[in-house]
Amino acid sequence: MGTLLDFIGGLLLVTGSTFLLFGGLGLVRMPDLFNRIQAGAKTTTLGTLLILLGMFFLQPQWGLKLLLIGLFILFTNPISAQVLARAAHRVGTEKCAKTTVDRLEEDLGEKS
Amino acid sequence: MEKARSSAVLFATLLLLWIFLNGSLAVDVLIVGTVVSVLIVLLFKSSLAAFSELKTTPQALRAALQYCVYFIKELIKANIRLARIVLSPSLPVKPGIVKVRTRLKSKMGRLLLANSITLTPGTLTVELKDEWLYVHWVSVESSDVEAATTSIVSGFEQYLEVMYG
Repeated sequence: MGTLLDFIGGLLLVTGSTFLLFGGLGLVRMPDLFNRIQAGAKTTTLGTLLILLGMFFLQPQWGLKLLLIGLFILFTNPISAQVLARAAHRVGTEKCAKTTVDRLEEDLGEKS
Repeated sequence: MEKARSSAVLFATLLLLWIFLNGSLAVDVLIVGTVVSVLIVLLFKSSLAAFSELKTTPQALRAALQYCVYFIKELIKANIRLARIVLSPSLPVKPGIVKVRTRLKSKMGRLLLANSITLTPGTLTVELKDEWLYVHWVSVESSDVEAATTSIVSGFEQYLEVMYG
């Protein structure tokens, strides 16, 4: 029984790390800041949650604290991504050439 | 009345958090937790929107549960799609910032919606202005407000609407 839990826990740790790896790869490969934030925000959330879940299988007595860490990440991660994106947009960070449309800029342009 | 209820909810949440963090129900731990929770509730009485707006009807609770399941599904989908984009040599992105409208009225509902959008496939909330959300989309399917709203917002909105109204 112990080895089965260890196996599941290990598997979750590896899966989580893989998503984090994709996130890192996304940071390097994505063409502009907004796309990079997207890569970073999503993968770190799921990756970290999977790692926490894996830790739960390895050390069940940490459960409550792991749950709290998970909730904290679920709430703070997207907020930080949004704030970064908003700040970047406000200072006029360059968007990559493939960008098709920017409604926010259009709306801001109309008002000023 | 409304205020008292939200204060009570905040107090219970804080105390529960404290007990979780300590992992024990010893008397001294409980006393410290109670004192600190009361202090925090007193200090932040005026900004309790998050707790007073949440409904506690059975329908709302069921919607909250469905929302969680839907959210986890979307989060996993988002990661798989992102992995596919990052791993393909041609990097198939078609980014853009689109505008969508939400029917949600409450602040907390909108916050949760914005957060959910950020963590779901290919979308990132950039700016939130009243009922308008500006969303960065890795692969823009439609720049039309209505179409974008349907494909980005509606999935979460149906649950959040029941939870927060």
